[in-house]
Amino acid sequence: MKINRVGAAVLMALLFSAAGSLAVAQSSSITLLGSGASFPGPIYSKMFDVYAKETGVKVNYQSIGSSGGIKNIMDKVVDFGGTDSFIKDADMMKYSAPIVHIPTVIGAVVITYNLPGSPELKLTGELIADIYLGKVSKWNDQAIQSLNPSVKLPNLAIMPVYRSDGSGTTFNFTAYLSEVSADWKGKVGNANSVSWPVGQGAAQNAGVAGVVTRAPGSIGYVELAYANQNKLAVAMVRNSSGKWIDPSLSSISAAAAGSFPKDTRILLVNTSAPDGYPICAMTWLVVYKDQKYGNRSLDQAKALVDLLWWVSHDGQKYAPDLDYAALPPPAVKAVEDVVRSITYGGQPVRK
Amino acid sequence: MADEELSILHGRRRRKNAFFTALVVIPALIVLGLLAAIVIEVLVKGAGAFSASFFLEAQKPFGDPGGGIANGIIGTLMVLGIASLVSVPLSLAAALYLSERKGRALARLLRLVIDSLQGIPSIVIGVVMYAWIVIPMKSFSAFAGGIALSLIMIPTVTTTILEVLLLVPSSFREAAISLGAPHWRASLGIILPAAKTGILNGVGLGIARIAGETAPLLFTAFGNPFMNLNAGKPTSAIPLIIYDYIKSPYQDWHQKAWGAAFLLVLFVFLVNVLIGAGGKGKKGA
Amino acid sequence: MNDKRYFGILTGAAILFVALFAGLILTLVANSAATLGSSGLGFISGLEWNPVTLKFGAWPFIMGTLLTSFIALAISLPFSLATGILLGEYVRSSFVAKTANIFINLLASIPSVVYGLWGLTAVVPLVQKIETAAGVPAYGVGILSSSLVLAIMIIPFMSSMTREVLKNVPDSLRHGALALGATRREMVLGVSLPYVKSGIAAGVLLALGRALGETMAVTMLIGNATRLPSSLFSIGNTLASVIASQFNEAESDVHRSAMMELALILLLITFVINFAGRKIIEKSSGGRNGR
Repeated sequence: MKINRVGAAVLMALLFSAAGSLAVAQSSSITLLGSGASFPGPIYSKMFDVYAKETGVKVNYQSIGSSGGIKNIMDKVVDFGGTDSFIKDADMMKYSAPIVHIPTVIGAVVITYNLPGSPELKLTGELIADIYLGKVSKWNDQAIQSLNPSVKLPNLAIMPVYRSDGSGTTFNFTAYLSEVSADWKGKVGNANSVSWPVGQGAAQNAGVAGVVTRAPGSIGYVELAYANQNKLAVAMVRNSSGKWIDPSLSSISAAAAGSFPKDTRILLVNTSAPDGYPICAMTWLVVYKDQKYGNRSLDQAKALVDLLWWVSHDGQKYAPDLDYAALPPPAVKAVEDVVRSITYGGQPVRK
Repeated sequence: MADEELSILHGRRRRKNAFFTALVVIPALIVLGLLAAIVIEVLVKGAGAFSASFFLEAQKPFGDPGGGIANGIIGTLMVLGIASLVSVPLSLAAALYLSERKGRALARLLRLVIDSLQGIPSIVIGVVMYAWIVIPMKSFSAFAGGIALSLIMIPTVTTTILEVLLLVPSSFREAAISLGAPHWRASLGIILPAAKTGILNGVGLGIARIAGETAPLLFTAFGNPFMNLNAGKPTSAIPLIIYDYIKSPYQDWHQKAWGAAFLLVLFVFLVNVLIGAGGKGKKGA
Repeated sequence: MNDKRYFGILTGAAILFVALFAGLILTLVANSAATLGSSGLGFISGLEWNPVTLKFGAWPFIMGTLLTSFIALAISLPFSLATGILLGEYVRSSFVAKTANIFINLLASIPSVVYGLWGLTAVVPLVQKIETAAGVPAYGVGILSSSLVLAIMIIPFMSSMTREVLKNVPDSLRHGALALGATRREMVLGVSLPYVKSGIAAGVLLALGRALGETMAVTMLIGNATRLPSSLFSIGNTLASVIASQFNEAESDVHRSAMMELALILLLITFVINFAGRKIIEKSSGGRNGR
């Protein structure tokens, strides 16, 4: 069979890439692998790029989703897993060895909506829950109007939009609704994916924002970074101290500034911090407490621990530019203790 | 070629003929129009991302100037190369088996298997390959990604090759046998070349099919912000980069995603042209 | 190389595929053990999908899958056939046919996520207009939008096959018809198409299979609601879109198991449809041309 000469060349090139590269020797510099939550993807990409330039250690993080990250760290094919919801006690049993959580950055879930004139709205948690339950279905409902007396609300149907793809954003949003509305907690509950009583779904922040910007009367929830980058109208939400809080990097960091658990597993929603935004979302890295497993070397463990230390200290300064809130001091202190507790064969890796 | 003017055509038959021609041409033009619309939209949205660094540099974090998708380009070449290496011979073998052993139970079963393979969502193939390859190897790899893609490619390629093989006139084989050629030689030396354009078209379509696949690569090739030429290590791929960038909040990254999508379509176009996927026009019989 | 070795290799490949498939099914079954055992057949008929209470039922998604796939097929059929006939029978210039065919193949290379995005900007607003005119809630997304985009995505599979098989109709047959005074139309409808009937049918099954397993684009265009679709304008979900949406973030093993079971069901549906499809092809060809 005669093959076109140029075609043969291309075939050869493809074959070469495939077969020849199998023989390339392993690189000797250290590479760390991580996978999981998509939410912190951009900030990790920045942090790890800087880290590679400063230390030569290459970190490869892929946003395949929290569930994927958890699975990968369970299967020990990555050095660390990223997750938007911490591992619960019951699930800790599934790991072959103890794990620890290291929080990295904090984000927020903001409420965006499409109303003529884009007025700034004040909404409470219970009201948002009622909207998503279908109990409040018109914008000029008394419940909304009474909170926003200076805004002329139209007689428009409310169309709630939710994330169709499972996500930490949904997890934190529904966690908040469950905290402030017993009705929501009973009827729907709190998870990465729930059974939504009303409304329509859209994929990713972009999908939700896309629907909301196109359809008058719709309301949706997105990550703060997304809302900021795309200049969406967001609502002020009343926190548990009774204050109306605008979602901003400072009000988000403030939400985590209260008491911080030693194992760092805290649900930040409905925070008791007086100036904190009530729908905040922290994200963690999960690693094994003792790093001597499989054929992991001490060097690999050291590289990982150094990375974790750097992320929670020097790395934090890159967060605000990308619309992520940095860890407040109590959180950093907790992280330091956790990182110091990581061992290799029983010996702490970082003194 | 018979000349229509010579035949005696009544007006009604001529009208029916013209109507049929329109019925064939108009929808086809609509299809080509749709394709143009989609590709143009992709180009318009992504053209702003094109620059030397887009093609030559690996990914950079958001906010850093420059940066490109070079790591994805190399990675895509690798996984597509591996997928083609694996699936083309296997598809040929399967198609030959199906055309030459038609009646047998195994053939009927194989036919169903190939067809049903298509109904497995690509994300599930990725998950299964993760269990079969990544975990035993204890590493993500371009190799695992290539294998996952080959499973998705195989039904398309096999089916196309098979249908073309079945249409090679039996006179070809009869002639070969009458000249004393053993069966296998007739198959490989006469039948396959006769079906060449169909085979190349099947491969071209198969490559097109897998070039844009993302989900299976998430759990196998994994992705890699750095350049990588080692097939046994995690690798990036253009669709993975598109997926990442499209999910992000940043308009700049969205533009890069569209640019990458255009590049992908362009790449598939070139591969199809180079392997001669379009094939010749008519062939004599 | 001899005949024995030749057939040995071919049979080996065949067995490899069948074994692979069996392995896939086994892996899916193993991974869906949690829900397979507990819900049994109730899983297939269940109408609820609740990852919080862990009540899972697949029926709305089965309906969504069947609806979108068959509607997409129906919409795509005339366009794919027309394109295939045009390029396989009418276009004389081999350069034009070759280029056009590659362009059609390109439709298959556009990443699914790009189709989804394009659908959101180009198709959904159109459907919204239709829905407003029809007086139904103007979601825009839903069964109709996803079927329309799906129809475009599967065109290359059907049209490519149609073209390939039409090109292979022996000229002796075609010329014979024309020599007897047939018009082009009569020749195509009376000689060429019947000759390649089973090839075209194979293309249809290929396209259908593609539609059944499509995830990303559908997930972005179907509205993602767990309800039984009642009309073209309903929002809903397909088996594949649920898996694509929720798999990456599934928290519980039961949730993951439920999705693996969805994959198993989808596989079975594909299997059954292809089995039925092949049977129909066999019956209608009835031994013609030895096929």
